[in-house]
Amino acid sequence: MTAALQVQDLNRSFGALNVTRDVTMTLERGARCALIGPNGAGKTTLVNLITGVLRPSSGTVLLNGEDITALSQAVRARRGLARTFQINQLFRGLSVLENICMAIGERDGENNNMWRSAGAKRSVIDEALDHLDSLRLVDDALRLVRELPYGRQRLVEIAIALAQKPRVLLLDEPAAGVPSSESHLILDVVANLDPDIAVLIIEHDMDVVFRFAREIVVLVQGAVFTQGTPKEIMSNEDVRAVYLGQEGHDAVQRGGRHG
Amino acid sequence: MPQFAIIAVSILFDGLAYAMFLFITSVGLSVTMGLMGFVNLAHGAFAMAGGYIVVSLTRDLGIGFVPSLLIAAVLVGLISVVFERGLYRRLYKATDLEQVLLTIGLAFMAIATATYFYGPIPKSVPLPLWLQGDINLGFRSFPSYRAFLIVLGIALISVLWYAFERTNIGAKIRAAVDNRRMAESVGINVDLLFTLTFALGSALAALGGGLAIQLFGLSPSFAVLYLVLFLIVVAVGGLGSLKGTLLAALVIGVIDTGGKYLYAEAGGFFIYAITIVVLLIKPAGFYGRE
Amino acid sequence: MAANDPTGAQSAIVTPVRDAAATAARDRAAEYLVSRHRFRWAEALPWLACIAVFFLFPDRLTFGSQVLVMVLFALSLDLILGYAGIVTLGQAAFFGIGAYTVGLGAARLGWTEPVSGLFAAFFVAALAGFISGWFLLRYRGLTLLMLTLATAIMMQEAGNLGSEFSGGYDGLPGLVFDPLLGRFEYDLYGRTNYVYALVVLAVVFYFVRRIVYSPFGQALTGIRENVRRMHAIGSPVHWRLVTVYTIAAGIAGVAGALFTQTNAYVTLTVFDFENSAKVMVMLILGGTGRLYGAFLGAAVYMIMEDYFSKLSPTFWQFGIGLLLVLAVLFARRGVLGLFEQFGAYFTKEKSKGAKP
Ligand SMILES: Nc1ncnc2c1ncn2[C@@H]1O[C@H](COP(=O)(O)OP(=O)(O)OP(=O)(O)O)[C@@H](O)[C@H]1O
Ligand SMILES: [Mg+2]
Repeated sequence: MTAALQVQDLNRSFGALNVTRDVTMTLERGARCALIGPNGAGKTTLVNLITGVLRPSSGTVLLNGEDITALSQAVRARRGLARTFQINQLFRGLSVLENICMAIGERDGENNNMWRSAGAKRSVIDEALDHLDSLRLVDDALRLVRELPYGRQRLVEIAIALAQKPRVLLLDEPAAGVPSSESHLILDVVANLDPDIAVLIIEHDMDVVFRFAREIVVLVQGAVFTQGTPKEIMSNEDVRAVYLGQEGHDAVQRGGRHG
Repeated sequence: MPQFAIIAVSILFDGLAYAMFLFITSVGLSVTMGLMGFVNLAHGAFAMAGGYIVVSLTRDLGIGFVPSLLIAAVLVGLISVVFERGLYRRLYKATDLEQVLLTIGLAFMAIATATYFYGPIPKSVPLPLWLQGDINLGFRSFPSYRAFLIVLGIALISVLWYAFERTNIGAKIRAAVDNRRMAESVGINVDLLFTLTFALGSALAALGGGLAIQLFGLSPSFAVLYLVLFLIVVAVGGLGSLKGTLLAALVIGVIDTGGKYLYAEAGGFFIYAITIVVLLIKPAGFYGRE
Repeated sequence: MAANDPTGAQSAIVTPVRDAAATAARDRAAEYLVSRHRFRWAEALPWLACIAVFFLFPDRLTFGSQVLVMVLFALSLDLILGYAGIVTLGQAAFFGIGAYTVGLGAARLGWTEPVSGLFAAFFVAALAGFISGWFLLRYRGLTLLMLTLATAIMMQEAGNLGSEFSGGYDGLPGLVFDPLLGRFEYDLYGRTNYVYALVVLAVVFYFVRRIVYSPFGQALTGIRENVRRMHAIGSPVHWRLVTVYTIAAGIAGVAGALFTQTNAYVTLTVFDFENSAKVMVMLILGGTGRLYGAFLGAAVYMIMEDYFSKLSPTFWQFGIGLLLVLAVLFARRGVLGLFEQFGAYFTKEKSKGAKP
């Protein structure tokens, strides 16, 4: 069986800065993989390379065994690759429902239609409402995104990605910026994702990572430092030194949120 | 001297004088756009204001041409601070469209004001004796005014280059153009820096406006008519780049002049064609950041 | 708590069991989307006003046709600026291309049939829009502003270059067009022209309205709101933009053609930067991205211009500048936006009063 997503020898630099260095990794179907690493390690950049926001200077990306390195972002998305952004990228002036319908419309090619009215296909609306239902967002369906509290907006961010019916889902710090009192809502959603979707999550909270992931990739200064099962990573002294040490340091700086 | 050589020298000379005018007037626009990403379509209005102040000072008050230029530059520089602090500042984070609309509105108001006070008929300006007449170089004589423009332009370029590349404040400006957030995080007061460069840029525009009177005459439509050229120089040169603005001013100045010498019917066709080609190949201009 | 809920977020595809309240909420949400495009009675007002003008101001119909032409022009800009968020300073290029398509057709080829002229103008302008849009719409911000501006001026310069053919800045005066549909002669009062312009506007408006409320129109709004997200959900953004730019160019071309036909002359000034700026001002004053903003803005602008510029063109120019500055500072959504704000304010007041 071909892997859902394969990244081979990926490289990228900004000027003199090598942000991604020889990264090779694989997501099997239904994978639950966490990508961790200190701030500035190049995690978001890797997601951007996989989704085609950025072009790699060398290396390949395979989606279900097909080379997608040369394809545009949009084509990759239509082939089943979805992502969320570290900082919300939503249609802030539209309602939550319209945000979801937009993704469904693009997925189905419905958005090419210039003649039918945008509400005429009840099936699209119903599906959008189903997605909202499963994330408990129906009550907010008609509110404008910009009027929602940030935590709910983060949920919409995920809802849009799910509405794409992805086979591979990349989540870039889905709970970032959300107060911890609300973040469990988001993490519940993440924990209950369709088991067929291959999920890569970037997350700083180690509790979440160890609870969610079946495999962990540690990225340091753009390169894969090590990868393995949570147990292996937890017992790896080097990781402790490089990453968890850093994390501990951060936690102290943030007033001991993790401590 | 063969005919074509004389024409070539004339094109170069006139083109150079024209390029100096373009550079002096546009350089402020380039730096302010590079710093704040602010689309300022009222820049031509500042130039026009400078021109009319020179007209008033020389004609009504009998002040000499050169002192009038200086006074106009200082006055417009000061006035521009009021606009920057009062209006522009509110829109730094706004969309391109809103910036375009606000500054078009200001340009319209400026044109109307100028028409009200000076009428729609082009104005000229009395020049001192040493700027009238020609300088004879044997094979051809050149108007002294244009020679003056070239010398002044080169002097200003040297001063600006020194200020930009060698002084502390110049280094700060370059850092802020390059990466605003980084510059702020190392403690550079970008707001203040911007007000300063805006004032300086507007003052230079006013100087350019005063210098332009003798070249093209000055009417209220100057504010929009030449604005397009300034914008082209800025876009082709690359936002915030002194070198780029100079190169673009030279290219546009010489080519436009050459076109008018050799193929007058084409008007501005060549410069617009070149603009499109350059921007299609290098969307950020010669020296702009991609 | 969500975590304990058995119907919880098992998967996005599973349909959870719903109670009556939830079903009602769903229906309400769906109803909103379904009803959005429906005809509202207020929409009849501008059209009724146009018809009333025909009977009430029979001696002002020539001016009336000019207003209708500008409404059409502003509508074309609304499609790309208001909906897709493309900021252009060169829409006059397509207006001018349409104007010259019928102008040159009549003067040089003897193509004097007006309605087929409109179609020709649509296709020629749309083709120009397609070609230039394909190249230009990769860019944004200042670069795009400059490129569109330069394109329009270059058209003008090209026209001047071929002035023997185009008539240059002297224009193509005294054009004669066939009677409309072979039956209706053009009268001195411009009655025929007015009705002609109104019908064309209504037809184009219908098409634009459909586009705007279609899923494609929604996608354009998405591009305006957040282009990154559009890429991420698989939208062929460039293609969408080129498509709408082409359509808008065609409509601007129709407006230009109507301009030439109703005036029976055309000069190169149609390509002026002022023409591009003016139509943008109209749209902004009316309100972008709301269809009738183009209507209201163009009408208000033209009527004010007609009135004030007779009094004093200088004051008019000052006034319009001031209006723009004020609009940007205080009424970012135009006159229609102001109405909506007032409307929202009053309905809020009412509902406050209604609640005990
Ligand atoms: N467009 C860019 N141009 C230049 N440098 C960039 C760019 N994008 C990212 N970088 C740099 O690349 C490095 C990696 O950035 P990236 O955002 O991928 O890190 P990250 O691991 O996601 O960090 P974080 O945990 O803070 O989100 C950083 O040093 C960043 O400054
Ligand atoms: Mg990141």
